[in-house]
Amino acid sequence: MGSLLVVGELAPDGTLTKLSTEVATLARALGASAGASAGSTAGSAAGSTAGSAAGASAGSAAGSAVGGILPAAGADAAAAELARFLPSVVLEAGATADANASQRAAVIAAALDGISHVLLPASPDGRDLAGALSALTGWGVLSNATGTEPSDDGPVVEQSVFGGKLITRSVFSGDHGIITVRPNTVTAEPLAAPGAVTTRQTPPVTSIAQVRVVDHIEAEGAAVSIDDARIIVAGGRGVGGPDGFGLLQDLAMALGGAVGATRAAVDSGWIPYSQQIGQTGKIVKPQLYLAMGISGAIQHKVGMQTAEAIVAVNRDPDAPLADFADIYVVGDLFDVGRALLEQLRTRSG
Amino acid sequence: MRIVILTKPVPDPASGGERLLPDGRLDRANSAAVVNGNDEYVLEKALKLVAAAGEGEVILLSMAPANAPETMRKALAMGATRGVLLTDTALEGSCTWATTRVLAAALKTIDFDLVFAGVDTSDGGAGVVPAGIAALNGLPYLSYAAEIEPDASARTVRVRRISSTGYDVLEAGMPALISGTQALGEPRYPSLKGIMAARAKEITTLSLADLGIDPSTVGSAAATTRLVGSTPPPARAATRVIRETADVAAGEIVAFLADRRLI
Repeated sequence: MGSLLVVGELAPDGTLTKLSTEVATLARALGASAGASAGSTAGSAAGSTAGSAAGASAGSAAGSAVGGILPAAGADAAAAELARFLPSVVLEAGATADANASQRAAVIAAALDGISHVLLPASPDGRDLAGALSALTGWGVLSNATGTEPSDDGPVVEQSVFGGKLITRSVFSGDHGIITVRPNTVTAEPLAAPGAVTTRQTPPVTSIAQVRVVDHIEAEGAAVSIDDARIIVAGGRGVGGPDGFGLLQDLAMALGGAVGATRAAVDSGWIPYSQQIGQTGKIVKPQLYLAMGISGAIQHKVGMQTAEAIVAVNRDPDAPLADFADIYVVGDLFDVGRALLEQLRTRSG
Repeated sequence: MRIVILTKPVPDPASGGERLLPDGRLDRANSAAVVNGNDEYVLEKALKLVAAAGEGEVILLSMAPANAPETMRKALAMGATRGVLLTDTALEGSCTWATTRVLAAALKTIDFDLVFAGVDTSDGGAGVVPAGIAALNGLPYLSYAAEIEPDASARTVRVRRISSTGYDVLEAGMPALISGTQALGEPRYPSLKGIMAARAKEITTLSLADLGIDPSTVGSAAATTRLVGSTPPPARAATRVIRETADVAAGEIVAFLADRRLI
């Protein structure tokens, strides 16, 4: 393997996303162990803690060099944050924050000297970038990685396919590749000492088709993002209406999590589409998935079954979730939810 | 208004029959193929836009095995005008990079104002092909659309792109490529009349030779990625079923969360 390049990304408020720091941590573990014999897996379905191992050995002479790039002019604070997780970060001022994927991909493609693999967040922006970058470079893409490990054939990328029914391991045929990494694959671990940030200004590629950002709209009462939430409290048809989601919101607040939903709840207009989990929504892997009034039909299951812990509350003792939750409470979600909220609040004093 | 829909037949996710062949390719014989879920949302939007424009057509473009017309008929029954099927045995086992190149080349044979694609597919789920096609063909790319509003006279299109806190309003000139989500709205069911009409609709076939693409640059042998192994996911621990009063059940949950250091 040559050097690894991590592409950081910004949240709408201009801060670095948590997922960017996880990708950086995973890349460090992959780079550090690349020179050594294969064996230590950076993140896996079994939930390893490769992050801390990476922190100790990052920058070791035996492995591959790992660096970062943030294609977002003026994002100095976010670049400094990314450098807490990577020994070197380039703030690419040739790409404005509003640049589209093709424009930013062109700027990244100009920075690939000596790079063998690019790692990106498996977010909407990361996927757009990965597709455009693949087209510009001819490099293959392995998407939605749930773990990586080095091998003689380069990185082995673990993916969860068919809605979690199968775990595959794949490699790139050539010496280069692009990997997008799912949230919560590893726990982000900063370096002992932050890396260096340099600013570069690659001239923008003017031949690329332009997309203008006309407006940024904050949704009314915007919900906490479920993308990389550690804890998700999700509701389905059983919640009964937007008022019912108030209790789920309170539970999420008490647990430090985000509120998710099934398609039925979204279609009923009780909660925005951005919170939908499942086949045509998002795929999440939180540490805790608290399912309230959710049956767990296949279309929803594919979005959440790799959660580390699943707790469900449902009246129906025979719902599909009763077969794969860790704890399945047969009962009324409001009665149990209110009792749970009270005990959580008592606990935290 | 001419809109091309990039669509893919996928194994029915509800069938439970999705599996891989020993060589890593999808076992298409083991489950019925359906139109990819996200493709139906953009198709519905395209049908509405063409109806509102009062003229135009909705053209399906699919890279798929030779039996794909069966799946394409359902999309034609919903109201698409015609289909273009890109099929060639040399394409079997193609990676996303080859798929991107081949679809980009096929798109150049069609006149269009807009191209729509589902934001990802339920089988591969990579979601990287549309962005690659846009980059190769020099089209503006607008992704994760919750709303699509073309302005035919100004030759521009506006898209509401879903962000993690709301949405961004994007604008680009036409022609453009847009990937869309379920937020575009519920797809219609084919009417009986639509199903009858679909039988007579035209599906033209393109081969690699028609596109001037060397077969040795696509398919399994030229793939940029290679499967080296697969395993079922680790079994989850047995479910503990609790049938107690709300207070007792809540107490059990709190104890579980504390044990897992989640609170």
